[in-house]
Amino acid sequence: MRRYILRRAGYAALSLLLLSVTIFLFVRVTGDPAALLVEPGASPGDIAAIHHRFGLDRPIWVQYWLFIANLAHGDLGQSFYYQIPVMRLYLERLPNSMILAAVAMAFSLLIGIPSGILAAVRVGRFWDQAGKLFTLLGLSMPSFWVGLLLILLFSVTLGWLPSSGGGGPTHIVMPAFALGWYFAAAHMRLTRSSMLEVLGSEYIKLARIKGLPQSLVIAKHAFKNALIPVLTLAGINLVLMVNVAVVVETVFAWPGIGRLLYEGIAFRDFPVVQGVVLLGGVMIVIVNLLVDIVYAVIDPRIRLEK
Amino acid sequence: MSVPAQTAGLNLRPRRLRLIRRGKLPWIPILILGAIVFVAIFANLLAPHNPEVGVLSERFRPPFWEAGGSTKYLLGTDQLGRDVLSRLIFGARISMVVGFTAVIFAGAVGTFLGIISGYLGGWVDQVIMRLTDTWLALPALTFAIFLAAIVGPSMWNIVIILGAVYWTRYARVIRGEVLSLKERDFVRLAIVAGCSKWAIMWRHILPNVLNSAIVLGTLMLGVVIVAEASLSFLGVGVPPPQPAWGLMLADGKEGLMVGYWWLTVFPGVCIMLMVLSANMLGDWLRVRLDPQLRQL
Amino acid sequence: MTAAPLLQIRHLSTHYVGEQGARIVRAVDDVSLTVDAGETLGIVGESGSGKSTLALSILRVLPPAAQIVGGAVLFEGEDLIRKSEADMRRIRGKRIAMILQDPMASLNPLFTVGDQIVETIRVHDGAARTAAWRRACDLLRAVRIPAAEARVNQYPHEMSGGMRQRIVGAIGISCGPRLLIADEPTTSLDLTIQAQYLSLLRELQRAHGLALIFITHNLGIVAKMCDRLAVMYAGRIVEYGAVSQVFNAPSHPYTEALLSSIPRIGDERQRLIAIDGQPPDLAALPAGCAFAPRCPRALPHCHKEAPPELALGDSRRARCWLLAAASITAGAEPAGVGLTDGAP
Repeated sequence: MRRYILRRAGYAALSLLLLSVTIFLFVRVTGDPAALLVEPGASPGDIAAIHHRFGLDRPIWVQYWLFIANLAHGDLGQSFYYQIPVMRLYLERLPNSMILAAVAMAFSLLIGIPSGILAAVRVGRFWDQAGKLFTLLGLSMPSFWVGLLLILLFSVTLGWLPSSGGGGPTHIVMPAFALGWYFAAAHMRLTRSSMLEVLGSEYIKLARIKGLPQSLVIAKHAFKNALIPVLTLAGINLVLMVNVAVVVETVFAWPGIGRLLYEGIAFRDFPVVQGVVLLGGVMIVIVNLLVDIVYAVIDPRIRLEK
Repeated sequence: MSVPAQTAGLNLRPRRLRLIRRGKLPWIPILILGAIVFVAIFANLLAPHNPEVGVLSERFRPPFWEAGGSTKYLLGTDQLGRDVLSRLIFGARISMVVGFTAVIFAGAVGTFLGIISGYLGGWVDQVIMRLTDTWLALPALTFAIFLAAIVGPSMWNIVIILGAVYWTRYARVIRGEVLSLKERDFVRLAIVAGCSKWAIMWRHILPNVLNSAIVLGTLMLGVVIVAEASLSFLGVGVPPPQPAWGLMLADGKEGLMVGYWWLTVFPGVCIMLMVLSANMLGDWLRVRLDPQLRQL
Repeated sequence: MTAAPLLQIRHLSTHYVGEQGARIVRAVDDVSLTVDAGETLGIVGESGSGKSTLALSILRVLPPAAQIVGGAVLFEGEDLIRKSEADMRRIRGKRIAMILQDPMASLNPLFTVGDQIVETIRVHDGAARTAAWRRACDLLRAVRIPAAEARVNQYPHEMSGGMRQRIVGAIGISCGPRLLIADEPTTSLDLTIQAQYLSLLRELQRAHGLALIFITHNLGIVAKMCDRLAVMYAGRIVEYGAVSQVFNAPSHPYTEALLSSIPRIGDERQRLIAIDGQPPDLAALPAGCAFAPRCPRALPHCHKEAPPELALGDSRRARCWLLAAASITAGAEPAGVGLTDGAP
């Protein structure tokens, strides 16, 4: 197991390295990075000063080394707009995104899993067809459009819910629903196919042969087995949700890192943009590594792997 | 169907033809996509007004069936007095172009890299795989936003960016298929017969992975369309005054709080229909072309 | 035999319907047989002959694509086909039990073996927990599993194949059924374990007065275990009768071919004998007798019309035109391929 973990950690480190190189290079090969790092409307003198200050006149290896060194200290530069370190800004906003993702995930599982099970048990009949329709719609409607429609219905027409801002339950309901909608469809689809597979297995056949009532067969024997792949996917999706909530957070002005990214773009605040993207990637790599480790601990087969 | 063993690499082609002869085509997505393509091609003839220049005195007119609307602007006008219907029609062109081009671009790059990665193995494989993993670590949308923020918004930039972000999906899947194809007899026969690596990849491997690539392409079309709409919505996609549907939604947000619903509903419906058709088509293809692809 | 038979199947047919009715597989076609209390009936056939579908049809645990399209299954006088699902549930496991082929697949990997025995007992007999667990231990001892108290808390993957199959057997007899259906129970076991398992089954049968339906493709097991035998081919029973009589003087060419393909010690033949040809595609059965294409003695008439079940006295039956001398138009040479002397 130790070798497995070390190997995975090695891959993660490699990925992080490649990530930093990618971001680093992309900024530089597409034009003068100074143009991005400087505030809009700067003079050539300012640009030269920026070149010097950020070491852009030094060889590229040195630049990269500085970049990495700063990264290791958590220094991602300073936001032009907010005039505070990017890292601090990011960490301030991150919890909001995580809360939103958690609620959205809860939504998607509460809707997705039962409907998936229902569709599998009633395969081919009404609930399955309804489920198929739901999946199709869920995967085809962009989440931000769902958000806009929700605002139209609940804020404008009915006036029940606030349309923007962070805050309590009334503020989180609509963005969480909009964000969770797509994933609910994905989870439903996976639950359904996983359940169907389990229902076709030999031990389910034997359970029916033993004369167990259908409800017991499903609730006890099928449920647990069917849920395993779904929860795995949900775990992966959770991290994804935190990062792709950009558009939903923008629509609802929810103060998370997605909205931060939007602000960075809107205000031409490049350090913020770079910071959010970089940290997003780092977060995913680290979480993937943790998931791999947890699996190694739980699954005895991996533990015994050479 | 007597297909000699040596040309066994071609044995999937008859299966594609068999689909059409069966006659059980999915008409809904085909009709919808066909309509969108038609509209996109003949936009100039179909659109009643100029999509980019508006008449300010006519701003925020509702659709014709509501009070204040007129049949001159069937689906209403936006904040600059531009006809919504005309913008939707020209927007179809943008969505089509961006969608198809990006998908084909990503598909070409991804399939190519997937094939050489899977077939050649070794360090080529390692490098490409690490790169793919890294790329995949970044959520596609975030990465695309990042790139768009750097290079600046324009339609062709977006196409390139989306292609650059999504090729990894193809590479992974195609590589997997190539790995199992490598073990098949017809490949071994070709090696024994002395074919060069590139010849094998081109004549034997490529036709066999084409099915997966096509199915993946239809599924990616929906993803790419939504990605483009998201980028445009955020302001880093197709720039104004071009009538990208995502951009229309961004404009529509301004009027949303005041109840100008048509600016939000109609563009979104168009996006939804296009993605829906792409997904339905992709699902149908996936089931018919190769049962093994059901895991996609 | 004065008592009524325990199980009577009359003209049962089960079809798989696929692709919206375009493709019908006649997995079980006009099958009739009888099982008396305490008797062992063997059902023999190749893979795809319909044996398992027959077993599942009795208990009505067929997959969604399969339907029972005709016939009756009389168990203790009541037609199981007409029963409601709730009634069937009470019969399954309690009055008729079944053992499946692969014990690793049929036991749920997430639950202990004791749990899986106990749940059956509690569902059918409503026993209290401690009583049920005690019964489970007794059952493990009855199937000759040592250290029952320890084993009862183990998971399926912690046991050997032979032991797992005994657990499945224990589940089968746990509620005192009158009929046990065993679908190839020894196929996935080592040869050395097979004999032990078979003797266990016989012992349980005698101890509990069980009737046993033993489904297998192995004629040797049939010879050892069964009183009567039904030979299935392409969904139909082609020969039916007492084991000793059928083995000594088979009536159907297929049975004959099966028996002669078993190598025997002292045999002087140099090569193994195989039956020519392939089993038929059940979705596209030929007109006439299903075995005719492979039959060494097929007559022209055999390809035209499928033979009905003919009674041969002594409660023996067979489906073969060769036995119905009056119905055949005499004449041309028998068609069909012969037994080949080829390597298998």
